[in-house]
Amino acid sequence: MKICGPKYALCGLILSVWGIFQLLLMGVFFYVRSVALVEDLPLGEGNFTTLENFYDVVDRGYTQNAYNCWIAACIYVLTFLFSGHQFYLNSRSSLSV
Amino acid sequence: MGSLFRSEEMTLCQLFLQSEAAYACVSELGELGLVQFRDLNPDVNAFQRKFVNEVRRCDEMERKLRYLEKEIKKDGIPMLDTGENPEAPQPREMIDLEATFEKLENELREVNQNAEALKRNFLELTELKHILRKTQVFFDEAEHGGVVSQMADPSREEEQVTLLGEEGLRAGGQALKLGRDKAKFVQTKNKVASWSIVIVSGVANVVVSCLLCHQQEHAGLNPTESMTRALISDDNIARQSALGPVQLGFVAGVILRERIPAFERMLWRACRGNVFLRQAEIETPLEDPSTGDQVYKSVFIIFFQGDQLKTRVKKICEGFRATLYPCPEAPADRREMAMGVMTRIEDLNTVLGQTQDHRHRVLVAAAKNIKNWFVKVRKIKAIYHTLNLFNLDVTQKCLIAECWVPVLDIETIQLALRRGTERSGSSVPPILNRMETFEDPPTYNRTNKFTKGFQALIDAYGVASYREMNPTPYTIITFPFLFAIMFGDTGHGLIMFLFGGWMVLKEKPLAAKKSDNEIWNIFFGGRYIIFLMGLFSMYTGLIYNDIFSKSLNIFGSNWLINYNRSTIQHNKDLQLNPSSEDYIDYPYPFGMDPVWQLAENKIIFQNSYKMKISIIFGVIHMLFGVLVGLWNHMYFKKRLNITCEFVPQVIFLLALFFYMVLLMFIKWIKYGPKNELIDGPGCAPSVLITFINMVLFKPATKVGECEPYMYGGQSGLQKFLVVVALLCVPWMLLAKPISLMRNRRKQHYQLNNHGAENGDVEASMGTLQQSGGVTQNGGHKEEEENMMEIFIHQGIHTIEYVLGSVSHTASYLRLWALSLAHAQLSEVLWNMVMRNGLAREGWDGGIVLYAIFAFWAVLTVGILVLMEGLSAFLHTLRLHWVEFQSKFYSGLGYSFQPFSFEIILDAAQATTED
Repeated sequence: MKICGPKYALCGLILSVWGIFQLLLMGVFFYVRSVALVEDLPLGEGNFTTLENFYDVVDRGYTQNAYNCWIAACIYVLTFLFSGHQFYLNSRSSLSV
Repeated sequence: MGSLFRSEEMTLCQLFLQSEAAYACVSELGELGLVQFRDLNPDVNAFQRKFVNEVRRCDEMERKLRYLEKEIKKDGIPMLDTGENPEAPQPREMIDLEATFEKLENELREVNQNAEALKRNFLELTELKHILRKTQVFFDEAEHGGVVSQMADPSREEEQVTLLGEEGLRAGGQALKLGRDKAKFVQTKNKVASWSIVIVSGVANVVVSCLLCHQQEHAGLNPTESMTRALISDDNIARQSALGPVQLGFVAGVILRERIPAFERMLWRACRGNVFLRQAEIETPLEDPSTGDQVYKSVFIIFFQGDQLKTRVKKICEGFRATLYPCPEAPADRREMAMGVMTRIEDLNTVLGQTQDHRHRVLVAAAKNIKNWFVKVRKIKAIYHTLNLFNLDVTQKCLIAECWVPVLDIETIQLALRRGTERSGSSVPPILNRMETFEDPPTYNRTNKFTKGFQALIDAYGVASYREMNPTPYTIITFPFLFAIMFGDTGHGLIMFLFGGWMVLKEKPLAAKKSDNEIWNIFFGGRYIIFLMGLFSMYTGLIYNDIFSKSLNIFGSNWLINYNRSTIQHNKDLQLNPSSEDYIDYPYPFGMDPVWQLAENKIIFQNSYKMKISIIFGVIHMLFGVLVGLWNHMYFKKRLNITCEFVPQVIFLLALFFYMVLLMFIKWIKYGPKNELIDGPGCAPSVLITFINMVLFKPATKVGECEPYMYGGQSGLQKFLVVVALLCVPWMLLAKPISLMRNRRKQHYQLNNHGAENGDVEASMGTLQQSGGVTQNGGHKEEEENMMEIFIHQGIHTIEYVLGSVSHTASYLRLWALSLAHAQLSEVLWNMVMRNGLAREGWDGGIVLYAIFAFWAVLTVGILVLMEGLSAFLHTLRLHWVEFQSKFYSGLGYSFQPFSFEIILDAAQATTED
């Protein structure tokens, strides 16, 4: 079943390849508690009573974000397969003309 | 092979070609593409040249081919492009080609004409079919009221011209007999009586109006009165019928749908409402045979009475370009006619199909060869065009040509000429003769696919003067590097690198595609530039430690946090002091320490660093430009320019701006956080202020305990440097004109004193000119110039250089400015877009991140890579054109345009595709 044209499919392919690589790596960086990404964590209001509380929240945030990145990467894998299929269909139909 | 550092050495040659061999020789030279012919009869107009007839014949052939191509494209037949390059055919083959094209064109034209005639017939028949079908409905309605059968038109016969015309008969090969309608007269009284019934029942108001008009015309009575009479009195009606037959006629036709409202209004006005119009839309669009467009039409039928109205109605129809068709009024006739029309349409369809098949066969056969033919014809045309540039010898036996050739290629050209002679079977070899000339030869830089893009950047500013230093080889490195300073981000660089790398890898298939998308062609032409720019940007991105505005911690930060828990817990902002234990006192191995990404004062720190490196690279770049100029002066043997321009220029730049660069390094090295107070960061003097004070001869003021100078004797050295730099200004300004003036005076003196030897001097000068060639000649010209002009020229040059080096140095600050803008923009994009997807609690974050990432990626490519990349590219281009090339490059040459089939064919293809 053909849904998108050749350009759209190619766009999806490139975007999903980029997404898979970058999100996988970002997930790894979150997982290893990269300091550079600390500003991207869901920290709520930022009022922490104790240090342990802060560490807890940050730790949870890192893990959460790592999983989120990997989930997004997985969805991009699906996108990749979908656009690849579309691209294949398009290239085949353009050949048969 | 020649080098890229200078353009090729060129020479003017005279070429004697035997008339018979000329064609073949020029054809060989065209394949070679290394010779630029000069027009030897510029005052002869295009129509008086020798081979004007041949050129005209080629034009004619090209026109025919274009016609064929257009038809082929119209039918969507793929044209075979084998990419092969047939040689230019012999002149005698031209006749064969002409005959072939003539035959093809005629055939095609005939087929097209026939097809059009057939289509017109087809259209007429279809329209008639629709008319018959639609009017049937009208008549049926009317018959329902019991009227219609009485309608008649005795004078209709004149319209019964054979519908299909002669053409149709010929083309279709089958005639159609159309039923001619027989006039019927309304006479009988009982039928008239039935009219009044209709009127009373009010079913068909047609009849009312017809009746009215009839009465108006014939009886001249008040319409209302007559109506009542018609309604009431039987006698009246009887009288009416006695006056003569009631002639209620109709015409039927087809008109464009959008014309209907105007048509209706016109009819109403012109006939004062005395006609009745019915119309119905034809649902399917019909094809207009002349334009091939699909048009929507409507069927109409107009009822009227009397001849005058009839002519009027017909005129209006004509005016609205409605086509009228005969329509028999008897149902049986109509049915018969409809049958006839249907069979006729079927026949026409088969004939049309055969015509199309024939056309298709002709075109398919032509499509196989058309590219090949185009190449051949264009080559022949180019050859004759070139032959037109030649001079005819008095004896008419040989043609004389003048051409610019690269000295290194004379051998290959000789070989090509010999091949041409052999091919033409001529016995007399062509003569290639080098000539001396005072003209400036064209500039020819031999490039390959890698250097071509960079050379194009330089040529866009101005083609180098003959044998001038070519900035291209240096640009290959400096261009991507200066670009990368502004575009420093590993992520964005990687995208650019991959794009460029893909184009480089897929070079051959992509080049074969020959897209006519202008933007794509620009990208593809600059694929190596893009590739290198991406590569260099990745490097500077690592130096700045930026990858999509995030830092990589590869080697581990060299800063430590020594605060205890409570300090951190109770302070909002804390500092890491490099003079304490916080910094381990040796630098991060490569580029910026990743700790800066989290620092509040990151921008302040980076600004100072980036501004300084901008100026350092700028001064080095400019100094390099001035040094390249030295090779120009040496090559052109302008010793005066070395002593009076180059040396003071270098001294000026070194004394002021390179000194400033040195100050920066001294500042970096000497001052550090762990030093004594006077060598500490608090006491480091500002480089800019020091420099301004230096130029203004202002003593630096001591602040607190800090020393205002970086080293001992700085004040004296600075004064000395400024004085030296200032002395360079009059040196540049006056030394050259004055020494020129003195030389000239000396020469005059010699000439006057040794009048007897005058002849010898002239003779020796003559030999000098002959041997020295172009450069000597340039020198002589300059001396002949007015002294005043030399002074003015030198003044402008000096002012330009002195003011230029100040403003150009400042101009290099754009490296810092754009780099800052790029870093900030990518950080803002991350914070405003990507963070929305990341900072999210709960498990829906993954899906949101998926969408946000796509958005962020599109913006990254669109804004940061494309737009920022373009802006950085333009700034880099400016830095090369203005700041770098103004130091040595005059760019006054004109480019070498060889006679080459390849170039001619490419250009021709590009114009046809537009």
